[in-house]
Amino acid sequence: MNINATLIGQTVAFFIFVWFCMKFVWPPLMSAIEERQKRIADGLADADRAAKDLELAQVKASEQLKEAKATANEIIESANKRKAQIIDEAKAEADAERSKIIAQGQAEIEAERNRVKEELRKQLATLAIVGAEKILERSIDEAAQRDIVDKLVAEI
Amino acid sequence: MSATGEALTPQEYIEHHLTHWGSGVDPNAFWSWHIDSLLFSVGLGVLFLWLFRSVGKKATTGVPGKLQCLIEMIVEFVDSSVKETFHGRNKLIAPLALTIFVWVFMMNFMDMIPVDWLPQVAALIAGDHNQHLRVVPTADLNVTFSLALGVFGLIIYYSIKIKGISGFVKELTLQPFNVKAMIPVNFVLESVTLIAKPISLALRLFGNLYAGELIFILIALMYGANVAIAALGVTLHLGWLIFHILVITLQAFIFMMLTIVYLSMAHEDH
Repeated sequence: MNINATLIGQTVAFFIFVWFCMKFVWPPLMSAIEERQKRIADGLADADRAAKDLELAQVKASEQLKEAKATANEIIESANKRKAQIIDEAKAEADAERSKIIAQGQAEIEAERNRVKEELRKQLATLAIVGAEKILERSIDEAAQRDIVDKLVAEI
Repeated sequence: MSATGEALTPQEYIEHHLTHWGSGVDPNAFWSWHIDSLLFSVGLGVLFLWLFRSVGKKATTGVPGKLQCLIEMIVEFVDSSVKETFHGRNKLIAPLALTIFVWVFMMNFMDMIPVDWLPQVAALIAGDHNQHLRVVPTADLNVTFSLALGVFGLIIYYSIKIKGISGFVKELTLQPFNVKAMIPVNFVLESVTLIAKPISLALRLFGNLYAGELIFILIALMYGANVAIAALGVTLHLGWLIFHILVITLQAFIFMMLTIVYLSMAHEDH
């Protein structure tokens, strides 16, 4: 139980150990712990940010989807409109073409009829003159009577 | 009981276990050394520093290994204890607390080793069955007092450094009664308070560990008696050992906490 020089040796050892601990043991351990704490904190912050980003992206994506749907509807609608328009245009064109063809046909028919009428009239005049010649049998001045016949023919 | 050498009486056995491996001609002279206390305390201190240093050097900031985890837990525990109690700025306090806690715990832990193992080994090595060896450095008053005196020195150093000599003297003389006439009374009271700090630190640790060691020795004596008593001894040994796990940890913690508290008080300016 006696106090002896061990006390001194031990005290010296104590201070050396404390000094060594302070210089060489504490700093690396503490820096490792603090570094890791920082990294964990950063990681957690990153995870939070990522979650927020994801949420934002989802909102954005759904918005874009909605927009795309709206655009598609618009396109379909305008296409429908255009289709109706084209059909209408085609109908109108066809109608015009048809009436044009009909009018042309009618005009042709009219011209043909006139031509035939004229022909007939001419032939009838000739026929009448031939008939009158035959009836008179004698020489009648064809030229003198011609205007009378022509008058007749015109009255037909 | 000693396997080598002649049978010892219980008294001789206890005396054998309570005698230090000393140096010097006269074991009672001041200039002699307790070689066993120095050997084990310095050895354990070096082991502590080497272990923590090697882990600290290899410490990764990524996923730590199990040993690194354990050591970081201890370091963080000490660090948080210091931060809770000590509010000044001092780079020494936390490493000091860590050194005290781990070192004292390791020295206390020597108590858990069966009392005859290491003395027997020492006797075999020395070739002398009378070789003395006490393996628990904290059951040596020299060791606990040296720790306490180290802390005491730091208390005085920081008291004077923070408050100046006049501040320190004022603290000793103008409290608790701030009247000139009461200065001698104050001085006596405050000196007792101051000196009680290292003495209580040293004696508390020493008393607990010395008593623990003595009880282990007494229990070890039972193994030498008949089978029934030896069986009882096993039970007692186990019970005391488990209880002692608490004691050694608690004593290391108390020593550390009181060191922090005393140094925190030394840093406070009244």
